[in-house]
Formats: sequence, structure tokens, C-alpha cells
Amino acid sequence: MNLSRDEVRKALIDSILEVAPEADFTQLRPDRPVRGQLDIDSFDFLTILERLHAKIGVEVPEADYGKMMTLDGSVDYLMRLLAAASSAE
Amino acid sequence: MPSLGADMEDGTFVEWQVEPGQAVARGQVVCVVETQKGAVEVEIWESGVLAKRIAVPGQKIPVGQVMALIATGGEDWKAIAAAVPAPPPPTAPGDEPQAPSPAPTRETAGATPGAPPVSGRVKVSPAARRRAEELGVDLSAVNASGAHGAISIADVELAAAAKKPRDTQAAMRDAIAAAMSRSKREIPHYYLASEINVEHAVTWLEKRNAVVPIGERVLFVALQLKAVALALRDSPELNGFYRDGAFRPGAGMHLGVAVSLRGGGLVAPALHDVDKSSLAELMAQLKDLLRRARSGQLRSSELSDPTITVTNLGDLGVDTVFGVIYPPQVALIGLGRSALKPWVTNGEIVPARIVQATLSADHRVSDGMRGARFLVELDRLLQQPQSLA
Repeated sequence: MNLSRDEVRKALIDSILEVAPEADFTQLRPDRPVRGQLDIDSFDFLTILERLHAKIGVEVPEADYGKMMTLDGSVDYLMRLLAAASSAE
Repeated sequence: MPSLGADMEDGTFVEWQVEPGQAVARGQVVCVVETQKGAVEVEIWESGVLAKRIAVPGQKIPVGQVMALIATGGEDWKAIAAAVPAPPPPTAPGDEPQAPSPAPTRETAGATPGAPPVSGRVKVSPAARRRAEELGVDLSAVNASGAHGAISIADVELAAAAKKPRDTQAAMRDAIAAAMSRSKREIPHYYLASEINVEHAVTWLEKRNAVVPIGERVLFVALQLKAVALALRDSPELNGFYRDGAFRPGAGMHLGVAVSLRGGGLVAPALHDVDKSSLAELMAQLKDLLRRARSGQLRSSELSDPTITVTNLGDLGVDTVFGVIYPPQVALIGLGRSALKPWVTNGEIVPARIVQATLSADHRVSDGMRGARFLVELDRLLQQPQSLA
């Protein structure tokens, strides 16, 4: 799957909105941790990753949760993960 | 009307999900009731045939009042239904939902309604007025966006949506206030805390989660819940209720899981028989429960059954929880975050993830000795995560 950065960002935001429908991304600081800003607990976070997996087919390993702190950082990380997956094919 | 919590006084009936003449089995969802904790699916506690539905939508019903008649043991449901006079006010009998609120009667007039229940002139279409009645929206408080300043259906629905969360939140805040005030007034709490090294348990879980599909990952809290349930086997005085001046042990390890809700408030619905579930089953049940708690689709047994509450505030970065017991329960377990700290093992200082586990317990029922035994057992179980699978 060859996804653009915007497509990955949209998939992530859509996944977050499914869990936190009241989230206002215009108020979100993209360089600050997302979970604290949107009250996302570990259960919500796992749900978001499950939704993301259904949308774009990436499985974020638990060991990499720390790379998904900010919105921008998460998109960077997901792009790398997708690139690694496609080069492995 | 069942009591769905210590301080529930009444509930507002929403809808029936069964018809007269239909067979019902104990535990089956038969109707929906709006409570301070949101809409709750009420499970019937007796099997039989539904003879007559007495509660009507919109009716406020005190705890203990009859909502329906059930024919049991081969009774003729039609005879029972026929023997009962029409239900009492506030509304006439019938299957049509009727709001008992003093809503104006349906207007059939167009742009010039005979007597709008508002001051000043409000332009509103008949359809929008009908919708406002259904939703209990005061038209004078609706912002009009339609042509020539008329109120549209969308305006009414927007006003209803804006009104609801505030009301339910205020009701939930009242319910929490009542329960916690009673707890602090009546329950002589004692508090104990233990630092538990969870390095081995977390590592074990991480290894397990690394080799299963994402949908089968287990959160650490599920492992902790299992450990709490198993540790309670040795401390039955912490699991149950204090009622009428005496302790009554719980019928199972039904852990009330404190769930904070988006937009404020919290509920602590029960995960049933946690000690008997496998870790995978427990995680699936927890996911289902959290999802329904947050979408307001809990069942009556989940609100009335918890025998003890577990509060996990670790996700929020809290180290230690000083819990307030939810009456009539007699204990609450608090779990803080797992934080990397220096730990001394065999004379060496090693980094390890540490969790503060706390116990708030009712001194009318147990003493510190018993409470201490529970925390020690919890620690022991968390050192053997494979035994919790």
C-alpha cells in the first residue's frame, strides 16, 4: 500500500475521532503528547491502533508505543513503518 | 424498578423490549431505564411470561415500584393481564410513547400557531415543533437558522443535543456526590499501601503481546484485575456488602471497574467472576464493558453486582490512589502507574517497574491485618504472571 503522508494523517485522525468523537484537532498542539490532550487512556489507545490497523494495515508493536506521542511524531513513525513494510515485500 | 446503585431513588422509563405474552428468562434484557448513570438495559430477575406492561415511556418510577406483571409457574398470563385495572396516571394506558411532561399539544397550524408556549413571536414549522415536543426542547431557547428566522428541525435537534450532556452530567455528579458523602459519613475507612515490583509481570505480558495479533493484545490492567480477584479468595472480608448492620459476603468476584467517562463523571460496572475467566476472556469482557460504559449501554446487573471496586489511575500518571469506598461495598483497590524506579534485589540496585497498590477497607468488617494479607497475596500473584493466564 502506497499512502501519502496526508492519507496516513487522515487515517490516524479518523481512528482517534472514532474513540474520542469530541476531539477538536484545531485546538490540538501537534508537537505535544496527544493522549494527555485528548484524555486517551491505554484502552482507548489500543482501540485507536486496532482501528488504524483496519484502515491502513499497520500493526504498531507495543515496544513502539513511545514513538506515537505527538500527532506529527506518530505520522512520521507510521510513514517509516509503512516504508519498512513495503521494502520487506 | 430495580435499585441500580446505593443512592438511586428512581428511574425514568424509556422503552419496552418485550411484548405481552412473550416468554422471558431470568437475566434477559426486557426494557431500558434512564438513570443518573445513563441509560441502562434492565435484566429481568424472574422467568415466566410477560403478562402486562405497566411502566410507560417518560414515566418516573421510584425504586421498588411495579413496572410489569409476570405470569410464573404455568399461570395464565391473559387472566393476570385482564385482572389488573388500567395503569395509574401520569399517562393513559397504551403502547404509544407519551411524554408526561407538560408539553404543549401537537400544533397543526402553520406559521401562525394558535398559542405558542413562548413569549414573543417564534417562527417554527409544524414538523420542527413536533420534534421539539418529542425531544422536550423549549422553543424559546432555540436559535433559529432557517429562512426569515424560522426554527428548523436541525435547530431543534442541535438544541436538544446541547441540552442533554449538561443534564446527564449534572445528574451523574449528584449521584457521585450522594454515594461518596454517604461513604465518608458512614464507613470508617482504613488505608494500606504496598509497592509492588511488576517488572517480571509486565515483561511477561509484553512478550506475550508481541506474538499475538493486535486484536488479542492484553492490557496490563487486565492482568492486575485477575490478580486482585484471585487474591480476594484469601480475604473474603473485603469482597461483599455491608447492609443492615452486618457484612454479607459477595456471591462471586465481581470487580467493579471504575471507568471515567468522556466529558466527566464515572461509573464502576461489574466484570463478573473475574477469578474464573482466562486472561484472554477477561480482556474481551473488559473491552466490551468499557465500550458499553462509554456509550451508555450498561446492563442492570453490571451496576448492581460489583462486590468490590478497582480504580486504576495509572494511565493518568498518578502514583497512588487513596480510594473512597462505594457503599454498600466494603473495600476499594487502587492501582497507580507503573513507574521505572531503583529497586534492591539480592543486594543489588536494579531498575524495575513499580506499581503502588492501595487498599481502602471498611473497619466495621475487616482489620489492617486482613488488609495487609490481601496486599501481600496480590504481590505474590503478580510475581507469577503465568499463573494468571
